[in-house]
Amino acid sequence: MIISDQKSKEELLQVLDGKTRLFLVGCAACATACKAGGEEEVFKMLEWLTSVGKEVTGSVVIDEACHIMRAARDLRQHKGQVEEAEALLVLACGAGIQSISSSTDQRVIGGLNTLFLGNIRRFGQYEEKCSLCGECILNETAGICPVTTCAKGLLNGPCGGMEEGKCEADREIDCAWHLIFERLKKQGRPGVFRRPVPPKDWGKKRKPGRHKIT
Amino acid sequence: MSRLSQALAGGEFVVTAEIAPPKGADLAPALATARAFVGVTAVNITDNQGANMRMCPLAVAALLVGRGIEPILQLTCRDRNRMALQSDLLGAAALGVENVLVLSGDHLRFGDHPGAKSVFDLDSVQLLQVVDGLMAGHNMAGKPLAGFPRFFAGAAVTPEAEPFELMFQKFAKKVENGARFFQTQAVFDPVKLERFMAVARPLGVPVLLGVLLLKSARMARFLNDNIPGVRVPAQLIDRLEQAARPLDEGVAIAREMVAAARQHCQGVHLMTLGCEERIPEILG
Ligand code: SF4
Ligand code: SF4
Repeated sequence: MIISDQKSKEELLQVLDGKTRLFLVGCAACATACKAGGEEEVFKMLEWLTSVGKEVTGSVVIDEACHIMRAARDLRQHKGQVEEAEALLVLACGAGIQSISSSTDQRVIGGLNTLFLGNIRRFGQYEEKCSLCGECILNETAGICPVTTCAKGLLNGPCGGMEEGKCEADREIDCAWHLIFERLKKQGRPGVFRRPVPPKDWGKKRKPGRHKIT
Repeated sequence: MSRLSQALAGGEFVVTAEIAPPKGADLAPALATARAFVGVTAVNITDNQGANMRMCPLAVAALLVGRGIEPILQLTCRDRNRMALQSDLLGAAALGVENVLVLSGDHLRFGDHPGAKSVFDLDSVQLLQVVDGLMAGHNMAGKPLAGFPRFFAGAAVTPEAEPFELMFQKFAKKVENGARFFQTQAVFDPVKLERFMAVARPLGVPVLLGVLLLKSARMARFLNDNIPGVRVPAQLIDRLEQAARPLDEGVAIAREMVAAARQHCQGVHLMTLGCEERIPEILG
């Protein structure tokens, strides 16, 4: 899931740029799970906007704001309210915001910061495990991603900063390479330690990314 | 062939030291330090050490070559992608720099630009392979080079790191992939050194023991808290604390580590941090 959080109220006031009539958009998927842009947050946002003297012309929570066609359809269903507004305030991840901005010529204002592709530890606690490199090495690393969970994204073992299996970037966190090493040992296989891992082909992480299942 | 590689091949007990490029454009103090080294075969030029921005080490290394001082150019993977690393290496070769020390690089959180984007396009093992490739006449894209560089490539190791086995596999990987010499992180425990050398020795690559001059108990505690991989034992901190002249005690400790290195290693890498005049005593 995509982890996002709301911009601070001060920043929101700033990005609203003096606009007083707003249409609110939320996302029923990730942004809801992150408590950043679901029904509840859209409602709270409406209350706050009103309290600071703004007017809300309407709102919609789209099933998955990143679904380009669905976002466009849902916006069309609120055409009147959207046109009445001076801007749309979107509480969705960066992908969701862009579905909206591609569906309307109105000014679109993002109310969230998109953080990462995250796993859920428990509610409100998320961990970044994969950075979408396009060339997955997990099969050799006992299912632990060094590209993401090593602070330096090293591919051939730990750096000189590892201490007692902890990471130099944060002593509270386990060194990714220590975890990989221990798990491979338990599985009795050399995995990634068997060979020098070549440099990553960042060309596989195409920018801008597009993908079509053929 | 670099003097460093010759000295190591000849079985000499080799001494290296290091200077940091200036935080600014004035090179005079750094060059003066490099000139003040006595009995030193080659001088490391640190590369934005501790993730603190300083002058580019390649410029300093080239100036040392011009003054007859042999540099060891440090090159970290933190600040450059694979193109920049290769082009720096070719530039270094053209400027007469032969020794390179390949490093991952300290994490940005330690330094003065914590908001920078770190690169780590390659890791140290991959960079060692790249150095080998350049020497064999091709770049990473497999394209032939006009003129082959000649390098004596080294790498770093933290002999006291735990788990030992994990640290050691990385060390061995560096050996397999082109590291011709090692400089270690500062070590203060001869027992740990012995344990490391017992397994490292059979791999046949020279190891220069990192010897860091402790100036006070406070400094020792700072190192323990802030420098990854450095561990000053409590008993040494006590010695520094009780000494009438802590710096003299620090020199004594450094001498002991040099003695341990003479027993187990092929040389020492001295980190004297402004007290270069004590080097003869430390080596004595
Ligand atoms: S190796 Fe790449 S694709 Fe696989 S988990 Fe890590 S970042 Fe994601
Ligand atoms: S300590 Fe381990 S996880 Fe942290 S940067 Fe070094 S290798 Fe990566």
